[in-house]
Amino acid sequence: MVNLNIDLGKGLQLKNPVMTASGTFGYGPEFSDLVDLKRLGAIIVKGTTLEPRQGNPYPRMAETPSGMINAVGLQNKGVDYFINEIYPEIKNIGTPIIVNVSGSQPEHYAEVCRRLNSLEFVKAVEINISCPNVKQGGMAYGTTCSGAETVTLAARKEWDRHLIVKLSPNVTDITEIARAVEASGADSVSLVNTFLGMAIDVERRKPVLSTVTGGLSGPCIRPIAVRMVWQVAKSVKIPVIGLGGIMNGRDALEFIMAGASAVEIGSANFVNPAATMQIIDEITDYCQRHGVTDISELRGIV
Amino acid sequence: MKYLSDFILVNKKLTSAGDAMLRLECSDRNTGLKALAEAEPGQFVNVQVLQSHSTFLRRPISICDVDVENGILTLYVKDAGAATHALCAAKDGDVFNILLPLGNGFSLECCGEKPLLVAGGVGIAPMLLLAKRMRAMGITPTILIGAISKDRLILTDELSAHGNLFVSTDDGSMGEKGFVTQNTVLEKDWTNIYCCGPLPMMKGIAKIAGERHIDCHVSLENVMACGLGACLCCVEDTADKGNVCVCKEGPVFNINQLKW
Repeated sequence: MVNLNIDLGKGLQLKNPVMTASGTFGYGPEFSDLVDLKRLGAIIVKGTTLEPRQGNPYPRMAETPSGMINAVGLQNKGVDYFINEIYPEIKNIGTPIIVNVSGSQPEHYAEVCRRLNSLEFVKAVEINISCPNVKQGGMAYGTTCSGAETVTLAARKEWDRHLIVKLSPNVTDITEIARAVEASGADSVSLVNTFLGMAIDVERRKPVLSTVTGGLSGPCIRPIAVRMVWQVAKSVKIPVIGLGGIMNGRDALEFIMAGASAVEIGSANFVNPAATMQIIDEITDYCQRHGVTDISELRGIV
Repeated sequence: MKYLSDFILVNKKLTSAGDAMLRLECSDRNTGLKALAEAEPGQFVNVQVLQSHSTFLRRPISICDVDVENGILTLYVKDAGAATHALCAAKDGDVFNILLPLGNGFSLECCGEKPLLVAGGVGIAPMLLLAKRMRAMGITPTILIGAISKDRLILTDELSAHGNLFVSTDDGSMGEKGFVTQNTVLEKDWTNIYCCGPLPMMKGIAKIAGERHIDCHVSLENVMACGLGACLCCVEDTADKGNVCVCKEGPVFNINQLKW
């Protein structure tokens, strides 16, 4: 038997280190025909804002070598819709629910957190200071220490359970930002969000995306993400959650060996909707083959 | 229910344009047969294409036909890029992992006695299963298809077997010369119009249907990633609900829902 349990602190306990990355898995039921949702470590739901958002105009996505650029722009129906219409449908899945929270002002992040307090099975919030696809807020907070601190402190005031801050890779030194949010009360950091990218349709001589730029994800970013997780894990004491182009169990183990306590699976869900299940199986298989009895034995060994 | 299932290419026919009609047999009969039995006309599948290095995402392809008894899925693939080129170049015995059936197809509930099916180019493909299902309901559809020339038309024999076929070609090599939107068959009385093809063609048909208050459904092909309504990449701005996923709320929409 391999112990895959992870305790990230403040009541966030995972059956295994495999979570779904925000914006790539809907709210869970979209995948229920293909994935046994209760086997997941946690479900991180679509980015949620105080007010409903329509997102950016189509086209919002460009496929790129080993990845994709998206500019969805946080389309969601708002926190009250989540609380009233979605939460009741997913609360009894048997897997911790984590709400990814975004906003254009620190007060908006705080208010969303305050409203989520009544939901027992929301075991954590993931504060998104790294969305590259919104005009106000989003990544603007995640690229300076003071911006990251301001949002983290605002959310912390209204949220006593586990608080994750999702970091942007579009910075010179990601460890600086990680230390700033740790000092502001974050219980863990997740990294990386997407890299700012751009694609041009040369036949039409125009950008592919309506927003010109967007966020690059997929295995094309994985080596950079692994490097950043390795750097951050060495510079903060709080747990690190790794993500960026994980397609299989081997990829997930790279992040764990670089220092991640858990991982998030994103774009892989689009390519193989059952990717999360296979990744859990492959991590288990790896541990069995290598005589690893507890996944924590592998954490940060590189 | 949605299924992930492997299908084996058992027969391929290339058209004069280099496009391919692929007959795929389900290799896992447990999931594959269920998926085929549940498939509706106008729905689509998401095919994983491993043969192309520049391809990351699956490719959404509309369902052309299903033969549930023999476990056969027929797809018509237009050679339009690296991934579809790899599909067109596939060999018998190649295996493809397919996510299916996806989206909402053409609604047959509101179908009256005189439906007109209008399609152009690769959009002709989903009309075969639609025409078959109408025949099974005791309705003989009229089918209007168009292409730039006679040699680019597909499925003419198959469609003729299930409905009254009318043709438009840009060069007049078959049927009426001109676009399908100019075909005189449109002038007759129709209870419903079901349409799939290039965007300008569908918008032209939607305009005619709207002016004459004919119930009209069109099938969109916005660029997709997941096919499951999760990534929110393929949105269409609708009159009643704002941005909705074409993969989940569509791909078939009543024209009244669209801001055309």
